[in-house]
Amino acid sequence: MAEPQLKSYDFRREREATWTELDALVQRANRSGLDALTPDELLRLPVLYRATLSALSVARSITLDQNVLRYLESLGMRAYFCIYGGRASLASGLWRFFAVEYPAAVRNAAWPILLSAAIMVLGAIVGHVLTAANPDWYYSFVSESLANGRGPTSTAEELRAVLYSGADSAVERLNAFASFLFTHNARIGMLCFALGFFFGVPTAILLFTTGLMLGAFTALYAAQDLLPELAAWLTIHGTTELLAVALCGGAGFVVASALIFPTRQSRLARLANRGRQAAKIVIGTVALFFAAALLEGFGRQLITDMTLRYLIGTTMLLYWLLYFLRAGAGRDRD
Amino acid sequence: MTAIDDGIRADRNRREIVTPEGVPLRLRLAKRGERLAAVLIDLTIIVTVLVTGAFAAITLIPGNSSGWGVSVALLLSFALRSFYFIFFELRWQGATPGKRALGLRVIDRKGGRLKPEAVFARNLMREVEMFLPISLLFSFGGTGDAVLANLLTLCWIGALLALPFFNKNRLRAGDLIAGTWVVESPKSTLLPDMAAQRAMAGGPIRFTDAQLSVYGIYELQTLEDVLRRTGPNAQETRPSVADRIKAKIDWQPPAAPVTDDRFLEAFYAALRGHLERHALFGRRRRDKHDGV
Repeated sequence: MAEPQLKSYDFRREREATWTELDALVQRANRSGLDALTPDELLRLPVLYRATLSALSVARSITLDQNVLRYLESLGMRAYFCIYGGRASLASGLWRFFAVEYPAAVRNAAWPILLSAAIMVLGAIVGHVLTAANPDWYYSFVSESLANGRGPTSTAEELRAVLYSGADSAVERLNAFASFLFTHNARIGMLCFALGFFFGVPTAILLFTTGLMLGAFTALYAAQDLLPELAAWLTIHGTTELLAVALCGGAGFVVASALIFPTRQSRLARLANRGRQAAKIVIGTVALFFAAALLEGFGRQLITDMTLRYLIGTTMLLYWLLYFLRAGAGRDRD
Repeated sequence: MTAIDDGIRADRNRREIVTPEGVPLRLRLAKRGERLAAVLIDLTIIVTVLVTGAFAAITLIPGNSSGWGVSVALLLSFALRSFYFIFFELRWQGATPGKRALGLRVIDRKGGRLKPEAVFARNLMREVEMFLPISLLFSFGGTGDAVLANLLTLCWIGALLALPFFNKNRLRAGDLIAGTWVVESPKSTLLPDMAAQRAMAGGPIRFTDAQLSVYGIYELQTLEDVLRRTGPNAQETRPSVADRIKAKIDWQPPAAPVTDDRFLEAFYAALRGHLERHALFGRRRRDKHDGV
């Protein structure tokens, strides 16, 4: 009898050229990026990829040649990485992110964000009431570095001086101050999010203590009848900064809620889903922290007029609200 | 999802994802040690760039020492710390320099495209998983309450860091909230078909169906390994393997002498043809113990 030629051998011989072509393309794309491929090659890539995947499916049932199977597995995998590995055209991606995805993610997380704002407000009220009743609480709520030497024993003049200091600073110094504020606050925001993984408890604590601190300050200044001036000092950057903190806290609660509350999805799938949405909020909010740091580092230091401070602060708040409520509305479903 | 059974040996690092085309692809999870090494490489890069960059910024930028230089240094450290991993995982399709050096990649657990928000999520968690413990290590000292607080935080974070050891997919917290996992970037080369070499080797050696029914796929692929093996010991194992097979299938040598190599190659080709034909009819014989 004539030896029948192996089917798997013919199968391989017929398709080998496709595989090696794909292999070469993928290797080049991995070494020097997808940009290195010509338009024709870019068009070939998915075609070759699909052909190779289908060859893999067939090979699994007809060939027992281990090397071919392993090779196709790995080639398919590498081509898959290349095609589905995530593309980054940073410029257009950024535009889309801030125009559509970020405000949409914020809108979807409206309740957790409100919760985080509420916790901060609650902290502020508690801090204010306690400090007003007994000024010693001030020392427990406000850390040394933030107090700037202010305390229940300070005179009205001293308190007022802090609110208007800095107007004579050199721009160079303000620069460093603003960079410090930005990096410090943005990290706190990221921490708020990451701590959501512990069922949101540390996030809530962080938000509450931030509120306590605020409350302690307001009580301190209210005792000397300086409240409107403090409010102006806080408003100019605080509307942006506290909003940003609330957003990050909300993102942390989104993660926590995925862990705590049951839905029809599995816990793991839900966590992955919500985690990604929450991460969008945090990344976008870095821009808010940046704006807040500019307002705090330069605006608050250079602008000492009370009305102007109020005006800038409320304008910013209105701007952010408008942005989050309206931007990209109706386009976020694609 | 059903596991594909094509005889490639099972191992506990192996996972399957289904591509958007509906084809299951198999991959190997990255080992914890490899991931640690990758992170260490990345951290080394970060620290090196940070130190040289900050030094250059403070010394080279004119003006008094506390001005522009400090802000550049601050911004640089923030950018590196928070965006180094994000930047590379976005640009290099799920690999940072460290991961690339070790042949690892981040991919979507479900098999879809690795989305930017997944990269954001898994790397924002590093704030707690990586940078907080590092800064805690440096902040030890202190007294009383501070030490206690640090210890408590450390325990808490220790639990988080141990997470990859307590789930079979070796997910860290960042992977959990991003829906990703870290896998090995496979490397494999297409070698010549062993059955093709036989065609060149002169007249065929025939085996009866009974002789070919002795073994299954596992033995076939072990034989493939033996034949493909190169190196100093490769030649030595072949005669003993050949002898064992000859005894097992009760092989009668023909008049013309046959070398062990040629016998093994011929037997491999014949056995593969036999098993593949049976597999086409739905009878995949896993190994020699598998009923016929």
